[in-house]
Amino acid sequence: MLWTKKDLLGLEQLTKEEINLILDTAESFKEVSTREIKKVPALRGKTAVNLFYEPSTRTRVSFEVAAKRLSADVINIAVETSSVRKGETLVDTGKNIQALKADIIIMRHSCSGAANILARNLNISVVNAGDGWHEHPTQALLDIFTLKEKLGKIEGLNVGIVGDIAHSRVARSNIWGLTKLGANVTLCAPKILLPVGIELTGAKTSSDIDEVLKEADAINVLRMQFERDEGAAFPEQLEYFKKFGITQERLARAKKNIVVMHPGPINRGIEMSSEVADGANSVILEQVTNGIAVRMAVLFLVSQAKDTKK
Amino acid sequence: MKEKVKILDQEGINRVITRIAHEIIEKNKGIYGLCIVGIRNRGVYIARRIAEAIKKIEGIDIPTGALDITLYRDDLALASGQPLVRKTEIDFDINDKNLVLVDDVLYTGRTIRAALDALIDFGRPKTIQLAVLVDRGHRELPIRADFVGKNIPTSNKESVEVRLQDADGIDEVLIAERE
Repeated sequence: MLWTKKDLLGLEQLTKEEINLILDTAESFKEVSTREIKKVPALRGKTAVNLFYEPSTRTRVSFEVAAKRLSADVINIAVETSSVRKGETLVDTGKNIQALKADIIIMRHSCSGAANILARNLNISVVNAGDGWHEHPTQALLDIFTLKEKLGKIEGLNVGIVGDIAHSRVARSNIWGLTKLGANVTLCAPKILLPVGIELTGAKTSSDIDEVLKEADAINVLRMQFERDEGAAFPEQLEYFKKFGITQERLARAKKNIVVMHPGPINRGIEMSSEVADGANSVILEQVTNGIAVRMAVLFLVSQAKDTKK
Repeated sequence: MKEKVKILDQEGINRVITRIAHEIIEKNKGIYGLCIVGIRNRGVYIARRIAEAIKKIEGIDIPTGALDITLYRDDLALASGQPLVRKTEIDFDINDKNLVLVDDVLYTGRTIRAALDALIDFGRPKTIQLAVLVDRGHRELPIRADFVGKNIPTSNKESVEVRLQDADGIDEVLIAERE
């Protein structure tokens, strides 16, 4: 199996084999972070640019750590202080970064499809670190990696994705990845947060968290993005917690070994109680650790693909 | 691929591994502080067999690990194919140990160069020694083996194929003319 894509834009365009290649490669990379010298020379002499148009700490730092453990040089561009403020377009910014002879742009943008536009206009690699409500492929890959590590497989698993499906790129990437690998995905949210036509992806929908928990081998609890609530229809926080919040009482009725994931940052007491977040079923911090291995694999593969094309 | 010549069969490989085990013990004056690391893929199987042979002689398990050198290759940026990154598993401390690095075929020496770089990232062994099943010549770097199963003079047009029970279901070493 060869990796041929110079970019990683989303999981929708990937085959099952390509997703598995990333996961297998990530498994090999995980060991690097357990060494005393946490660094390999694979991307020595390459430059990765973090171009984040939206605030992010964990994803940006995770990519930065991943790139540095591969010996790449990392440059962080803070958009607030860059020439984007002076009106430079996305493609112009990208072309300037390319002209600096960088090799990979890791981009987060509030517009769906932004990574796609950049990738089409540049020869260097583009890795999507989240675009609008569209996709966040590395988050889904690390969720799936963690799930596979915990339960040994993905095929046939019942996975519930709970929360703000409508505004969530994490949900979309997870749906594509999980269904391609043969999991049964159920989306659980208040009706106003379930977008019309989402069933076309192959996922089921439900508005009853207790029903979903009965069957689930794992749940991925999304963050309620209250900062995106600009007067739009959004449930009231306490009401949401009552109806959809993951609590110990609710988990007690689920499968004993149910895996509880959350992409972070957690709103404790809104999406889940503190007991659940810190409890035995939670793999939230393992997700963070696995994120580095997954992002190392992605950076390595996209840079290899580009090289084989030359 | 043209006709293949068998250089070693199962008995031959077993004898070679037993001899290398004895030589390792002799050179290190025992097995104190000894550990063995095989280079993926086939070096790992040979490393395990050397460790078994040492156990038969000395009665003690030698820590044995596996090393993947893909990320240290000097042709990573040039490689036409795409190497698969596999797992490195060294779950013991290599500091101040006498470490025996094991591979199946010693050829240009570039794999060993990469392996040495990788090992140094894991610690500072007291010594690193090299054991190979076959030395076929044609070195491109100043590297030599301490323990050699069989010296096989080859031409660059030939290829050396090592097949091992655990990986391929059969023990044999073949030389074949490349197309």
